[in-house]
Amino acid sequence: MNSLIKTAALVGTDAVAEAMRQINPDVVAAYPITPQTAIVETFSQMVADGLVKTQMIAVESEHSAMSATIGAASSGIRAMTCTSSQGLALMWELLYIASGLRLPIVMPNVNRSLSAPINIHCDHGDSMGARDSGWIQLFSENAQEAYDNTIQAIRIAEHPDIQLPVMVLMDGFIISHSIDRLDLQDDTSVQKFIGSRNPAYSLLDSQNPTSVGTFDSLYGYFFEFKRQQEEGMINALNVIQEVGNEFGTLFGRSYGLFETVGMEDAEYAVIATGSAAGTIRMEVEHLRSSGVPIGMIKLRSFRPFPAKQLAELLSGLKAVAVFDRSDTFAGHMGGPIFIELRSSLYDLEKKPLTINYVYGLGGRDLSEKLVKKAAGELMETAQNGFVRQTVNYLGLRE
Amino acid sequence: MTWDITEIQKWDWKKHPFGGTIKDPGNSRKFKTGGWRAFRPVRDENKCTQCLICYVFCPDSAIKTKDDKIIEIDYSFCKGCGICAQECPLDAIRMCDETKEQS
Repeated sequence: MNSLIKTAALVGTDAVAEAMRQINPDVVAAYPITPQTAIVETFSQMVADGLVKTQMIAVESEHSAMSATIGAASSGIRAMTCTSSQGLALMWELLYIASGLRLPIVMPNVNRSLSAPINIHCDHGDSMGARDSGWIQLFSENAQEAYDNTIQAIRIAEHPDIQLPVMVLMDGFIISHSIDRLDLQDDTSVQKFIGSRNPAYSLLDSQNPTSVGTFDSLYGYFFEFKRQQEEGMINALNVIQEVGNEFGTLFGRSYGLFETVGMEDAEYAVIATGSAAGTIRMEVEHLRSSGVPIGMIKLRSFRPFPAKQLAELLSGLKAVAVFDRSDTFAGHMGGPIFIELRSSLYDLEKKPLTINYVYGLGGRDLSEKLVKKAAGELMETAQNGFVRQTVNYLGLRE
Repeated sequence: MTWDITEIQKWDWKKHPFGGTIKDPGNSRKFKTGGWRAFRPVRDENKCTQCLICYVFCPDSAIKTKDDKIIEIDYSFCKGCGICAQECPLDAIRMCDETKEQS
């Protein structure tokens, strides 16, 4: 299929709104919150202009936004919402209901720090807090990936072996409010790619009535349902890859669980996610051009966490530095990606040394200079054969 | 295909329809809820005048009748709320402790 491509200069929020216009969801229920507001604002205009057939529900909170989205999705149609930070926090109990009911809701979340103190800028603390809520979480490096991920998320969420909600993550302001050059596919190709939703059950199917949101406590099948949910997440490891490959074949941009730079001959590597991957890639490529055996992994899928795939890639390396844009406040355990990566490496015979860099909290900039500092320490660790300090705060005033 | 839950307690995790969705209506008859009961209503047939007030008040339709006469209390669904005993004008229903008295 030859897909027509239109090159555009858009801020990340408009790129996501454009993806939503092309998806043309049946229902969008949303509430404004910085820095997500611009997505819904742009999309509302599209609804008002008659560019989509979406029924837009202006709700009074994010708790209601997710509730309305769950109700709509239960009827077998496509329902979306968007949020950020405190808004995601207010959705909390509903996040678990969306995944527990196996509803393929797609929600772009523009990553912003959680209060207190109040801060509107980027870190991953909001979505990382929802890491056990049963949602698939895909990170984006730039506006192009935010657009591409939003489209792919529909296919991933609705896959019969998955039936789980997907959060499309992009860094607040850095991606959401910066103008980026990106390629947009034509509407017909996007519609053809996503197809139509084919729900197993529908509340509006009067010929086959169902009950949704049932009570389970007397005999207790809750455990069985939760095990099924985990199976969906396990299946997602393959489906994310398959959908990413198909997207690449059709549109020329392939996606997987993660992306690598120079891992074929690297002796040590950096792992990062989100917009920081751009700055880090530049430094890694610069070092490699001067003969330094450094590699890089950009994590795209945080949920499911590709533990086995990452362990295979990192087996035998001397050292790995993990960049986390959030902290777990677990008492110097490091960030969430670090904790999960270290756990993934535990069974390896040849384990790399591991270092963690917590950076960029509340939007603190990750400069090239800071990446150089971390890369220098990583090289030193690999050469010395020991870790000077496991958890480090990069860019902290100390 | 109808969804028979008679053997649901023996199902493994793969067999359940996902998300706890109930895809066939009317199967609550097979979902026995009498296990909640701590007190069991026992009807004294000698005192009972078949006024059927208990039948009207029972929130779980656990008073079974035939030809306008009470034939039994269905313990598969009676949750022991005691409303029948409270409403009976002749005190013909007594609430017995499930763990101590069997009748």
